[in-house]
Amino acid sequence: MSFFGLDCIKKKERELERKLRANDREYNRSFKYATNAIKTSKYNFFTFLPLNLFEQFQRIANAYFLFLLVLQVIPQISSLSWFTTVVPLILVLSVTAAKDATDDINRHRSDNHVNNRKAHVLIDRKLRNEKWMDVQVGDIIKLENNQFVTADLLLLSSSEPLNLVYIETAELDGETNLKVRQALTVTGDLGDNVEKLADFSGEVCCEPPNNRLDRFTGTLTVAGQKYPLDNEKILLRGCTLRNTEWCFGLVLFGGPETKLMQNCGKSTFKRTSIDRLMNVLVLCIFGFLAFMCTILAIGNWFWETNEGSQFTVFLPRQEGIDTGFSAFLTFWSYVIILNTVVPISLYVSVEIIRLGNSFYIDWDRKMYYNRNDTPAEARTTTLNEELGQIKYVFSDKTGTLTQNIMTFNKCSINGKSYGDVYDYTGQRLEITEKTERVDFSFNPLADPRFVFHDHSLVEAVKLENPEVQLFFRLLALCHTVMAEEKTEGELHYQAQSPDEGALVTAARNFGFVFRSRTPDSVSIVEMGQQCSYELLAILDFNNVRKRMSVIVRSPDGKLSLYCKGADTIIYERLHQSCSKLMDVTTEHLNEFAGEGLRTLALAYKDLDEGYFNEWKQRHHEASTTLEDREYKLDELYEEIEKDLLLLGATAIEDKLQDGVPQTIEQLSKADIKVWVLTGDKQETAENIGYSCNLLREEMNEIFIIAGNSPEDVREELRNARTSMKPDSAETVFLPERSLVNGVQALTDEEVNGEYGLVINGHSLAYALEHSMELEFLRTACMCKAVICCRVTPLQKAQVVELVKKYKNAVTLAIGDGANDVSMIKVAHIGVGISGQEGMQAVLSSDFSFAQFRFLQRLLLVHGRWSYLRMCKFLRYFFYKNFTFTFVHFWYAFFCGFSAQTVYDEWFITLYNLVYTALPVLGMSLFDQDVNDVWSFQHPQLYVPGQLNLYFSKKSFFKCALHSCYSSLVLFFIPYAAMHDTVRNDGKDVADYQSFALLTQTCLLFAVTIQLGLEMSYWTAVNTFFILGSLAMYFVVTFTMYSNGMFLVLPAAFPFIGTARNSLNQSNVWLTIFLTSTLCVLPVVTYRFLLIQLSPTINDKVMFKVRQARATPPPPPQRRRIRRTSSRRSGYAFSHAQGYGDLVTSGRFLRRPAVSRSTGFPGMGRTTSGFSPMGRSAGYSPTERPLNSKVPHVEVTSLQMYRTIRDPAL
Amino acid sequence: MVKEEQETANRPDNTAFTQQRLPAWQPMLSAGIVIPGFVLIGLAFIGIGVALFVTTRSIQVLELDYSGVEQSSPCFKCSDTSTKNCVCNMNFNLDKLFEGPVFFYYGLSNYFQNFRRYGVSKDLDQLSGNLDNFENPTDDCVPFQYDANKKPIVPCGAVANSIFNDTFKLYQIIGGTKKPVPLDGKGIAWWTDYNIKNRNPSVTPLKNAFNGTVQPSNWPKPAYELDPTDPANNGFINQDFLVWMRRAALPNFRKLYRRIAEEDYAQGLPAGNYSLEIAYNYPVLSFDGRKKVVLSNVSWMGGKNEFLGIAYLVIGSLCVVMSVVMLIVYAKFKFPDEE
Repeated sequence: MSFFGLDCIKKKERELERKLRANDREYNRSFKYATNAIKTSKYNFFTFLPLNLFEQFQRIANAYFLFLLVLQVIPQISSLSWFTTVVPLILVLSVTAAKDATDDINRHRSDNHVNNRKAHVLIDRKLRNEKWMDVQVGDIIKLENNQFVTADLLLLSSSEPLNLVYIETAELDGETNLKVRQALTVTGDLGDNVEKLADFSGEVCCEPPNNRLDRFTGTLTVAGQKYPLDNEKILLRGCTLRNTEWCFGLVLFGGPETKLMQNCGKSTFKRTSIDRLMNVLVLCIFGFLAFMCTILAIGNWFWETNEGSQFTVFLPRQEGIDTGFSAFLTFWSYVIILNTVVPISLYVSVEIIRLGNSFYIDWDRKMYYNRNDTPAEARTTTLNEELGQIKYVFSDKTGTLTQNIMTFNKCSINGKSYGDVYDYTGQRLEITEKTERVDFSFNPLADPRFVFHDHSLVEAVKLENPEVQLFFRLLALCHTVMAEEKTEGELHYQAQSPDEGALVTAARNFGFVFRSRTPDSVSIVEMGQQCSYELLAILDFNNVRKRMSVIVRSPDGKLSLYCKGADTIIYERLHQSCSKLMDVTTEHLNEFAGEGLRTLALAYKDLDEGYFNEWKQRHHEASTTLEDREYKLDELYEEIEKDLLLLGATAIEDKLQDGVPQTIEQLSKADIKVWVLTGDKQETAENIGYSCNLLREEMNEIFIIAGNSPEDVREELRNARTSMKPDSAETVFLPERSLVNGVQALTDEEVNGEYGLVINGHSLAYALEHSMELEFLRTACMCKAVICCRVTPLQKAQVVELVKKYKNAVTLAIGDGANDVSMIKVAHIGVGISGQEGMQAVLSSDFSFAQFRFLQRLLLVHGRWSYLRMCKFLRYFFYKNFTFTFVHFWYAFFCGFSAQTVYDEWFITLYNLVYTALPVLGMSLFDQDVNDVWSFQHPQLYVPGQLNLYFSKKSFFKCALHSCYSSLVLFFIPYAAMHDTVRNDGKDVADYQSFALLTQTCLLFAVTIQLGLEMSYWTAVNTFFILGSLAMYFVVTFTMYSNGMFLVLPAAFPFIGTARNSLNQSNVWLTIFLTSTLCVLPVVTYRFLLIQLSPTINDKVMFKVRQARATPPPPPQRRRIRRTSSRRSGYAFSHAQGYGDLVTSGRFLRRPAVSRSTGFPGMGRTTSGFSPMGRSAGYSPTERPLNSKVPHVEVTSLQMYRTIRDPAL
Repeated sequence: MVKEEQETANRPDNTAFTQQRLPAWQPMLSAGIVIPGFVLIGLAFIGIGVALFVTTRSIQVLELDYSGVEQSSPCFKCSDTSTKNCVCNMNFNLDKLFEGPVFFYYGLSNYFQNFRRYGVSKDLDQLSGNLDNFENPTDDCVPFQYDANKKPIVPCGAVANSIFNDTFKLYQIIGGTKKPVPLDGKGIAWWTDYNIKNRNPSVTPLKNAFNGTVQPSNWPKPAYELDPTDPANNGFINQDFLVWMRRAALPNFRKLYRRIAEEDYAQGLPAGNYSLEIAYNYPVLSFDGRKKVVLSNVSWMGGKNEFLGIAYLVIGSLCVVMSVVMLIVYAKFKFPDEE
């Protein structure tokens, strides 16, 4: 594919700048821009065969067999008939070709589907329904609501006020929240007037096609006037139009040149470590093959010199061939004969096994998620066995460990805690699905999805308890949520963080419904009464303040300040009169935090009119100064937010996904290290770390790395290491020096006890610097659990990269969002959670499922089995082929090194394809040492995979030795038994054909019994395969050696009668019996003694299973993991900067906007419109660092851009 | 919670196969199986070994090397290749009855019938009576494909060309007179070779089929005249030819020459003196080969072969020994049943 890709690029010179003119196809055509047709398929009907064959022969194994075929055609060399190579080769090629063809047909189908979608295109002054593929650059097209964007468009006009359109970018970056795009006024005025649009002849000059989703630069020239274009005016292909009746756009990039297509180009091809090992081994085997052939060629030279020269009476030399040349030819002849050491069917079988094991993942009902009907999916079918070798799991937090659903769970109002349910005796009840819910039917505006169980709170509201009412009023007023009311009473909140949404929704259900807002007012319905508060100021949230306040004037004219924020921060600003309440509330806060809830403290204060006016004056001054504005504003905020009165506290549950703590516990038992890489703040991340059992109270220590300079970070890392392992600090420089090349792997260091490490993004940036990465890695690897907070997508990838680079370990990254794509792509295995945050992560993942908890099944069951099966397969496969081949080697010494095969050529052809294919496939598809229940009960069974114990160079070497032994037995026992014997009627049985038949039968029996020994799970299918293959062998053999076949083609079936004449002899069968037994017994002895003397974990568990078979194992105890009780409260907004500016600027409230031209200089990037970048901020799917210059600064989403403040405030 | 009715279109099927719950037998190398198994196998092997050993001991074999290497050998005079039609006699004595049926073999050593280039040098189509291949023998037969006059050689190829052409006559010496022992040359080749594999072209007389062809250079007479006494033993289905064409697997081999099962010798060769008259034609000394004559009888397990019996005995004993070792190891080290 790349080959032809390259071709295309070469043909076309690089585009430096794109120029186009609207409605001018002639002009645009002159540039030969790509049309909107896409082509992801590789072949068409005619090119399939040549291209596919060309591709297949690029594989070394296939090329090798082609080369063998060429050798076989040379008569002087040909030691085997051509069909021995052609039959397997054709089979392999056609299987692969069939697979490629179906893949390509599917691609064709999806291409056709996409290309034939309809779009309204303005052609000849009329809107016509055209296929997507006929859309061209420069066309104007009309999009309607919920339609996919056809190509990369310049937005011209829309049905919505201010020429706004709303789009969903899930397909591009995985985010489901709506984004806003806004057209230029000059084009927006065109509206939906087709005549005007047809007359529009604006010229666009913009950047060439590229893959950066977040940037666009260009200019639009209309009537001689130039207008700048940026990303805010562009609709990208792949987006969906939402909440917008229609819009018109000008096609800028079509088809393959769209940013979407530019992004989904080359997917990195992942290989498993077994693959890499296999490649090394195959190279070794080639070397070994050459070695054997050389020996035999030398042998031939000696034989020709000593014996052959005298044997010429009966076998004259061929003309022109002296001994040297004969040896040379013999070398190649033996290359042909011994080719089976690199079996062609190996690669095909490996693919089949992986495919089969992938299907098991797809089919697994225990990884199927009922709630959204999502089965697990193996998206890459070539990585299965690596699932059994994972050492490090890198997990995203939000959406992966947690559901990203915040629920208002508990609260403390005026010293009384609400949220728990008690029975009549005052006993606290466990809240389950069955617990009776509070009925909110008194409130027509209530959100039906909101669930609350404590009735006393709603009673308190109904009884008009002033504190409770004030509490909810605060929640309804103090936020930056936007409300959308499509139909009367159907409210939708657009919250920047789910926490805020949860709080406002709670207030809504308890009768304080936030309904709408304008830049200077907030309308709420208080217990059924509509009232409007004048919004005087928003003292917005930021990282340092950790609180937000609003100042409002109530309908009855009272001025109040409402504030919510982190408890520690709020407590510092309370009036001393609430000290008593503080104590009680603190107690409640501790309780909440102990349950892993996110807490916020709420406080209020009534303001004096005069003071506020004076303050507002100063605020206005401060917000219009150019110097130190931030600082001055902070000062002002600080001044007014004091002497607050405590109202209470809220507790929000960041709901964990089901089974997360259990899964993490299982993984840690399996010696898998879980690192959480999250964009969240340290407190939140730590909190989740505790609640999902990653961090535990029992841990000896949890180190927090939060240094602000490289030196600090280094110091903290060193201190951590010293306290884990006192003697490790001195050796700090030793491993670093030896590791400069990065080739050597960092070994694990043993520490006593369990430790945890939490590092924040700031420090991580330093820790990932080249000079410190090893220090970081060493420390982190000594810890049981690592949490990195405030991590950018790029850093996620860097962390994974770091572990991959220095640790000889297999990594897995799991995530759900677009921000996880980079690490999913980098890790050995990428797992996507197919759930809430769109598809981007899933699309770039290798495996996907709906719930984090399925990870344990994927690894501990499927991964382990796949690895076990693959290793067993490889060990056995190499064994059976080596044994097969080595017999030829021994025979060479008895046939004058003449490259005479031991077996019948048909046997050579069919050995791998028919006689031994199915049994070994059966083993590799069905084998399991212990079943899934036991695998879960003994996660330690996973450890051998991490240590590569089942298949390594060593075990390969053992296989080779074993084969060597078997082949000696297989050759010399028949040799000794047959060399001077005869049939029981005196006739010949020591002839070549009988000997061949005997040896091949011995071989088949020996390898089949060996397979039976390897197999630990005999299903009916396996038994059928094994017995069937043996039966097949006899059927085929007798058929091939039958009179009929010979009479049809005498030259092809020269073994006529051999089977009948030798297999009826008792000594032949005694030889077969002896040979098979002698091949197997030493193995049984060795294994038995090994099990007794040094049993592996598998042996132990299997023994246990055996013992327990009489009494079935108890169901795995789902131990309820107790949450810890220490207090870890934190301000838990998952965002960094509030939306206060946006709210008050009013721009996204569909109201005539204030002039956008007045921007403060030096305010950073300016954007128009509401465009929260969300969690994917600063992320480029190309994995190119977007802000590589400033990695030291803690970049958070909204800091990347600023809106223009409304100077009026 | 929200949606009570669940869409389950994508839910995988619940079958034993897809859920990997196929019922299965899970054997284990446990002491309860392995140790008794070894004892049983050991005992069985010893039993078979004893039977084989006893049987093979009862088989009589007489070997006479007549290559004529040593000067003392009566065939020494023939070992010079220049002497044509050399005949030599070897005498031997049987001191007890050589039980019949007795098989008369000739044996060659250091003779590489299994050499690849030698082995392929034949034309199976020709040998199965295909007249096209009479005119155009396969290229495999090179250099025995055509003679110097470009006439096709039938049967072509190195194997046919090198047919063993020593002949033997066996006499029992009774009171100084030589009584010929009847040698039966019928039925010495495989039935399939005689009836299926090799066939003469259906041309009568057979001679006509060979028109325009020449006999192999080493052959004294053409294929259709190999056995003047029996027309059914001529051409490609001549039994001696068939035996030769079934090439040996190993460089030392013996091939059946005749059977002794007729007249007075149906019960075997009685004790006494015998004389073997050898028409010495076949050159083997040039490549350091040896020729011999072997007289042997057979048992249910075929010809004499001590290896199998001994091998069974040794391995059977080893099995028993190993079972004891394993028992000791098991008793001493059996892995602790720890948690």
